[in-house]
Amino acid sequence: MTQRERTTENHATPSKRMNRIAAVVLFLGLAPAYAQEATTPDADNSDVQGSTSAAGGGMPGAAQMDYGKMVQGQMDHGSMQGGSPPPDARDPHAYSGGLVFGPDRQLKMADEHSFHSILIDRLEVVRTSDHTSGAYDLKARYGRDYDRAVLKAEGEVADGRTEEARTELFWSHAVAAYWDAQLGVRHDSGAGRPGRGWLAFGVEGLAPYWFELDATAYVGESGRSALRFAVEYELLLTQKLVLQPRIEANFYGQRDAELALGAGLSSAVAGLRLRYEIRREFAPYVGIEWAGKYGATADYARAAGAETKETRFVAGLRFWF
Amino acid sequence: MKRISKSRHDLPALPRRRFIQGLAAGGMVLGAAPWLDATAAREIPATAIGTPPVLTGTEFDLTIAETRVNYTGTPHMATTINGSLPGPTLRMREGDTVTIRVTNRLAVDTSIHWHGIILPYQMDGVPGISFRGIAPGETFTYQFKVAQSGTYWYHSHSGMQEQTGMFGTIVIDPARGDSIRADREYIVQFSDWTDEDPHRVMSKLKMQSDYYNFNQPTVADFFRDVSNEGLSGALAKREMWNQMRMNPTDLADISGYTYTYLMNGVTPAGNWTGLFRAGEKLRLRLINSGAMTFFDVRIPGLKMTVVQADGQNVEPVAVDEIRLGVAETYDVIVTPKDEAYTIFAQSMDRTGFVRGTLAPRTGMEAAVPAPDKPEPLDMEDMMGDMTGVARAHHAKTEYGPSVDMRVDTPRTNLDDPGVGLRDNGRRVLTYADLHTVGGPLDKREPGREIELHLTGNMERYVWSIDGVEFGRSTPIHFRHNERLRVVFVNDTMMTHPMHLHGLWSELESPDGKFLARKHTISVQPAQRVSFLVTADALGRWAWHCHLLIHMDTGMFREVVVS
Repeated sequence: MTQRERTTENHATPSKRMNRIAAVVLFLGLAPAYAQEATTPDADNSDVQGSTSAAGGGMPGAAQMDYGKMVQGQMDHGSMQGGSPPPDARDPHAYSGGLVFGPDRQLKMADEHSFHSILIDRLEVVRTSDHTSGAYDLKARYGRDYDRAVLKAEGEVADGRTEEARTELFWSHAVAAYWDAQLGVRHDSGAGRPGRGWLAFGVEGLAPYWFELDATAYVGESGRSALRFAVEYELLLTQKLVLQPRIEANFYGQRDAELALGAGLSSAVAGLRLRYEIRREFAPYVGIEWAGKYGATADYARAAGAETKETRFVAGLRFWF
Repeated sequence: MKRISKSRHDLPALPRRRFIQGLAAGGMVLGAAPWLDATAAREIPATAIGTPPVLTGTEFDLTIAETRVNYTGTPHMATTINGSLPGPTLRMREGDTVTIRVTNRLAVDTSIHWHGIILPYQMDGVPGISFRGIAPGETFTYQFKVAQSGTYWYHSHSGMQEQTGMFGTIVIDPARGDSIRADREYIVQFSDWTDEDPHRVMSKLKMQSDYYNFNQPTVADFFRDVSNEGLSGALAKREMWNQMRMNPTDLADISGYTYTYLMNGVTPAGNWTGLFRAGEKLRLRLINSGAMTFFDVRIPGLKMTVVQADGQNVEPVAVDEIRLGVAETYDVIVTPKDEAYTIFAQSMDRTGFVRGTLAPRTGMEAAVPAPDKPEPLDMEDMMGDMTGVARAHHAKTEYGPSVDMRVDTPRTNLDDPGVGLRDNGRRVLTYADLHTVGGPLDKREPGREIELHLTGNMERYVWSIDGVEFGRSTPIHFRHNERLRVVFVNDTMMTHPMHLHGLWSELESPDGKFLARKHTISVQPAQRVSFLVTADALGRWAWHCHLLIHMDTGMFREVVVS
């Protein structure tokens, strides 16, 4: 009974924390999209001013300075990206004189075609101090420019068995220049693990300064909830040698004893991969990852006699077609 | 306006010299097809490359088929007209009525569009707008009265056939003698060739829009800037670009990484050569038939006197260099001395070039310059002219996912030769230099003005007008015989050569003075360009960016004159 109460209590507190975390992560994920939707002129101007004053400090020419002022001027009368149309925005069909294409329009161009691609972002051998395993992370897309089906699959394989796999299928809809909203389902599986099903909602896109973001919130059975957040950056050392830092974090709304998951931040991984693009679509890489389990998830690991932090060396292949 | 200091980028490492230089022999070598068995090699004829045959008169027969070509060491199929690349030159006379029978020996539909020719819309050759297209095995007969003179060209308007070699030159001799005097003339037709399937190229760009750009800012560039300009300078230079997710080296969607650039169907190694006698005046008819490539053309040692633009005679202007927008033509007069000269045409992104030779005797050649260093886009290419008076009036559809950037204060400087040609020490032709002889065809003031924005999203690799792709658009209506002003504002960071079929585009200066009558008008990044149109040709017409993949992804409208 006591145990039960404690459980409930434990459940309640992280759940609140979870909400806060959820709010923060969703904000992080969505903030850039909103920043585009309704650019805050103050923020933009302060950025510009920042760079301008920095430029003014040590710059050989005053050109930047002038541009900074002009840029500021530009920003004052409207952002160049995103935002919402002003009331006097033009109607793009205003020149049609009432003409429309009938249903028998013959000319169809590539904007009405579907494209498909499969990106195997990571197909790698993972080596830790005591064991070797494999991992995969792929994304397949099929559809048109603004609406497409997206399959995301990630998993670990060891001794010929899939230890842990997450497979997601989304309808991905473009909501802003750089952002897609994604609605779908997720299924977790793995040898000897109970399966878990989730409904998923997320945003994926490119944040200012070229950060690739993927943030998804999940709702499962029995009141389960989860959040997953990943951010990547591509640093071009040369035109073909790319260093890719990557951070991923997973949060759960309540503990899941069967899967040895605690509530709150459960795991985080920070990785660095160095790939060489023999071709754009074919790049071997090596890398290093630091993975940690946190909170009650770490407690589970400790109780099972496992490490909570590990350093992994990876080597693999990134390819797409 | 002062410009932000620019970082220098080294030329990207090109994959293979032979690839970019091409094979000297090009498509003429028979039996150089290891993967084709003997039977197939016999069945599929090789393509004739180089100066094509000239067809004259009023009756022309053209057959479209696949023929074998080998520009890089690997044989591939080209889509050709009468088996040659370029297709035959059609020499017509102003005032004649011509009949052109086009037979399709391909497995897919085809079409031919007579670029810049004023004709009935049913003869314009755009499948789905002018006619149904030409089905396999079918012959379509085009017939129209030739009502103009000058240098033009023709090409397929179906699929990606233009990219795979289906284009040729049209020369129309004036009915009453040519006012341009020359002792000899050559057609110099530029194009770009890829061994890749052009549809595959488009898919790659959809997956990764900078796939072909190997000139991107790197960490090494950053540290070089830090050492030259200090940390704050290096950061400031990148601030706007990175914040807005824009790439200052986005100069061409498709580069020399896959392209071999051609002059009259001949590779740089093949060295197309035109002979002359010392003291002669040569007329060169320069035509850009590239699918996706702007060519910067010069002949070191020779001034080029531009006498015609888009088939229309212009007041002569002597220049060192011309940026040939895709689909534009320029006729120039040169007077070479008794020595060899290189015709040098580098791609706008400087990833490759094609050269040919003008020489008094065969076998002579001149030094071939190195391509210039690629120049990144300027702030004015992104922001326009923030001190200027021009204001853009955006469409409400420019605020969604299809548009990654809008320019509120476009620049109107038609005297700008464009990125990579600014202050290069050479006299470069600009639109401000063009003055069509005789002034506008229609002296009326425009009765109304329409503004259209050239838009896109490089990250998604989508291209549109007013943020609306062709598939979601409605036709644009011109009232028959009305005179109207068209304003283009380029919200993107690429130059778009906009081609209006069937009607002339009469380019005007920022203060509204007539400049030149053109069929294709290149609009530079963040630039506003205006021109007048007289809607004197009834029917349905295409209006689009002539960068093939921009057109095909939706930067396209149908115009209805009624």
